Amino acid sequence: MTLAPDHKPTFADLTLGERLGKAMPVLLVPILVVLGFIAIGVPSSWLTLTVSGLAMGMMIFIMASGLTLVFGLMDVINFGHGAFISVGAFVGVSVLIALGDWTGAASLLLNMSAISLAVLAAMAVTGALGWGFERVIVKPVYGAHLKQILVTVGGLIVIEQLIHVIWGPDEIFINRPEMLKGAVTFAGAAMEKYRLLAVGIGLVLFIAMRMVLRRTKIGLIVRAGVENGPMVEALGYRLRLVFIGVFVAGSALAGLGGVMWGLYQEVITAGMGEEMMVLVFIVAIIGGLGSVEGAFIGALLVGLLQNYVAFLEPKLALVSNIALMTAILMWRPQGMLPVVKAK
Amino acid sequence: MIIKLLSGDQPRSAILTGLLLVILVCLAGAPFIFDGVRPLDTAARICIFILLAASYDLLLGYGGIVSFAHTMFFGLGAYGVALASTHLGRGFDALLVGSLSGALAAVVLALLIGLFSLRVRAIFFAMITLAVASAVAVLVSQFSSLTGGEDGLTYKIPRVLTSANRVGEFMGTRITGKVLNYYLVFGASLVLFLLLLRIVNSPFGRVLQAIRENDFRAEAIGYRVIWYRTTATCLSAAVAALAGSLFAIWLRYVGPDTTLSFEIMLDILLMVVIGGMGTMYGAVIGATLFILAQTYLQNLMGGASEATASLPLVPDLLNPDRWLMWLGILFILSVYFFPTGIVGRLRERRAS
Amino acid sequence: MSDPILSLNGLHTDIAQYHILQGVDLVVPRGQVTMLLGRNGVGKTTTLKSIMGQWAAKSGEIHYDGQDITRLSVSARARAGIGFVPEDMGIFRDLTVEENMVLGCTSGPLDPKRKDWLLSAFPALGTFWRSEAGNLSGGQKQMLSIARAMAEDRKLYLIDEPTKGLAPAIVSTMARALRELKAQGASILLVEQNFSVARALGDSAAVMDDGRVIWNGAMSELAENKDLQERLMGLSMEGALR
Repeated sequence: MTLAPDHKPTFADLTLGERLGKAMPVLLVPILVVLGFIAIGVPSSWLTLTVSGLAMGMMIFIMASGLTLVFGLMDVINFGHGAFISVGAFVGVSVLIALGDWTGAASLLLNMSAISLAVLAAMAVTGALGWGFERVIVKPVYGAHLKQILVTVGGLIVIEQLIHVIWGPDEIFINRPEMLKGAVTFAGAAMEKYRLLAVGIGLVLFIAMRMVLRRTKIGLIVRAGVENGPMVEALGYRLRLVFIGVFVAGSALAGLGGVMWGLYQEVITAGMGEEMMVLVFIVAIIGGLGSVEGAFIGALLVGLLQNYVAFLEPKLALVSNIALMTAILMWRPQGMLPVVKAK
Repeated sequence: MIIKLLSGDQPRSAILTGLLLVILVCLAGAPFIFDGVRPLDTAARICIFILLAASYDLLLGYGGIVSFAHTMFFGLGAYGVALASTHLGRGFDALLVGSLSGALAAVVLALLIGLFSLRVRAIFFAMITLAVASAVAVLVSQFSSLTGGEDGLTYKIPRVLTSANRVGEFMGTRITGKVLNYYLVFGASLVLFLLLLRIVNSPFGRVLQAIRENDFRAEAIGYRVIWYRTTATCLSAAVAALAGSLFAIWLRYVGPDTTLSFEIMLDILLMVVIGGMGTMYGAVIGATLFILAQTYLQNLMGGASEATASLPLVPDLLNPDRWLMWLGILFILSVYFFPTGIVGRLRERRAS
Repeated sequence: MSDPILSLNGLHTDIAQYHILQGVDLVVPRGQVTMLLGRNGVGKTTTLKSIMGQWAAKSGEIHYDGQDITRLSVSARARAGIGFVPEDMGIFRDLTVEENMVLGCTSGPLDPKRKDWLLSAFPALGTFWRSEAGNLSGGQKQMLSIARAMAEDRKLYLIDEPTKGLAPAIVSTMARALRELKAQGASILLVEQNFSVARALGDSAAVMDDGRVIWNGAMSELAENKDLQERLMGLSMEGALR
């Protein structure tokens, strides 16, 4: 068993510049936080804004993660993804309103149980809806981007209108559960309790998602499928089943994001998903289509920047995202962490 | 002569030719054929939306590119006229300056978006146009000191074009400035439509179609795919902006809902898809049917909703406000089953 | 001799508007290494991809291990026991060597004994077990691709030009591994340009030209008959024999 001498390790040492280039996307978040601190100047305001920026970013990430994975796996772009956000919000809020006694009680246990039930109901409904959507709307148009865009936009319209049919034409206002109202003060900065909860849920979800993708066989199949779907099939895996699973999970996550966003805004409309899609797309593009990590970083950047800018120059808040997207695409035309396709 | 006007692109179906002639005659004689304000308004909207849908077809049907920023370009033209008329005072010079600067702004913006997103992959374009268009819509409603915000802007156009200007009588119809205004809209739409027809039948249009079929091969043959796609985007944006200017001249009002909303974007998509992508005549058929349905079918739905009031859920589904849902279903079905739209169907019948 | 592991009858495959395979008839005997030879562009890779199902056959039949697999999906063919090493190796570059190997086992975890065997056959994979596969050299990637196909017991291996552009030392490592694989009872269909490798490894051979198999027989017969070589492949293999 002699190893041929001429294929020794060939790892080239990375130069400092290359290392920095690799780490840069991850470093952007702390850099933005520091820049925010310098620009705002008041530590307490900065802390408040940072927390709400992170909360917003986490929620956008939850909504965007499914979309970006679905694209990565099957090259399917789902413009109807926003419909799941709206449906999730309406289902979740309906449950919360029905459980008014629990949400109104000054008991963290009852409050959290109500939220958990609302989230479960929302995820179940949007997951099932996602399954149906995949079968009816998306499946017939695999491989045809133009038709995909058109048909999924059609699906978005129909689902939004069905929300009007079921829940009526008006927006619904919702109060946060009793124990999640108000803010805690830390170092002179007021931080809303709900936002802290949102940051916590987002972090837990991101870590869980990473664990699944890194440590489980199904995660391996998904990551391999994003890179080279045909090879995954040639090894003997039914990529289509994996894809449906990811589609359903992504839809359920969009539903979760919808509930969280509804409680964040304290009002829900049928059009909210459509509005969120703008941010979801920006996040997916700047992260690199198909990359979960990229979407996470992108979402945090969008959330933080929007909150900082809203404080400094309110009218430019939404435009700041476009500026961010432009800057990042000039730096990396495929997004921060592009998924390198095998072909 | 006629064939030359149509750039050699004939309808190629007897039924289609008939339909197009009926539409042309009705639009050309609208002030004389129909009575009252509403039909004339409908006719003007049809002219403008034919132009708008046709300019979108250049992008979607011929270029194979989905854009969600078409209403943004439309709005730029409309706001150009509105702002010029507000600040330069009423007059034709204001209309001209407004239209041209609106179109110029549209071209510049289209160029930027195109160079940015078409460079990577065409699918970015759909997503980025959606983002940019929504940002512009938000900006317009936020900078209310300039744009009037959600309320929009009302302004004066040259008196010659308003109903206060009485010209005389012709064939038993009183000719007012409003009729002249209508013919401005009609004439400009017709000329610009024929120009679009010329563009898609030029060598440029053929290359664009070749790229739509197989961009990889087109690039390999030596065509600069980005250049062609970006040019198509700019042309389409310019014509959309001019359609917006006509709309502003006709309505004497602009607001975010009438020019910039996502809903209008969907309307345009529906017109082009249902009429038939990549045919130009599809835009004519689609826009005419759509505007007519929008104007008259909603009343019908209201009636049906009342008639079924005793049933559960059905009246809600038939509520005129749910009009968009039925359009959405129609849209999905037409993408699946009639990807070539009405025009494609009519042409196939002839071929078989 | 028992029935063949694989036989193709009149296989036609189109790619876009091009008629690439024009009636391929091929027999791969059980337990042997069969070399698929021929000039560039005669349809060898397309033949493998058609067997795997990545290109759908327009007409003709593919029989594998006693069943007709012509209409099965790609993944079903793989699960039926066909291992595939594509020309581009199909390495998942963002995944580690270990993760690539784990994906090679569709029916369960990687068997420790089999892992030991594969690592002894391809020692470099052990060295880089936890590194990203994208960082491997070309030869190491090729070994990983073959080892991944071998990660669980399969009956038939389709291997597309494994020695292309590799140093002779790596080629001999690979040849040794393939012989061990055969010794375990597997059948192998190998596309090869290098005639000396083909002669050393092959039990039987098939020569393709213009989308057809023009000769199918024992490797020894082809290796000894220079006239046959000249007629089949348009040039003598004499140069490559040295």
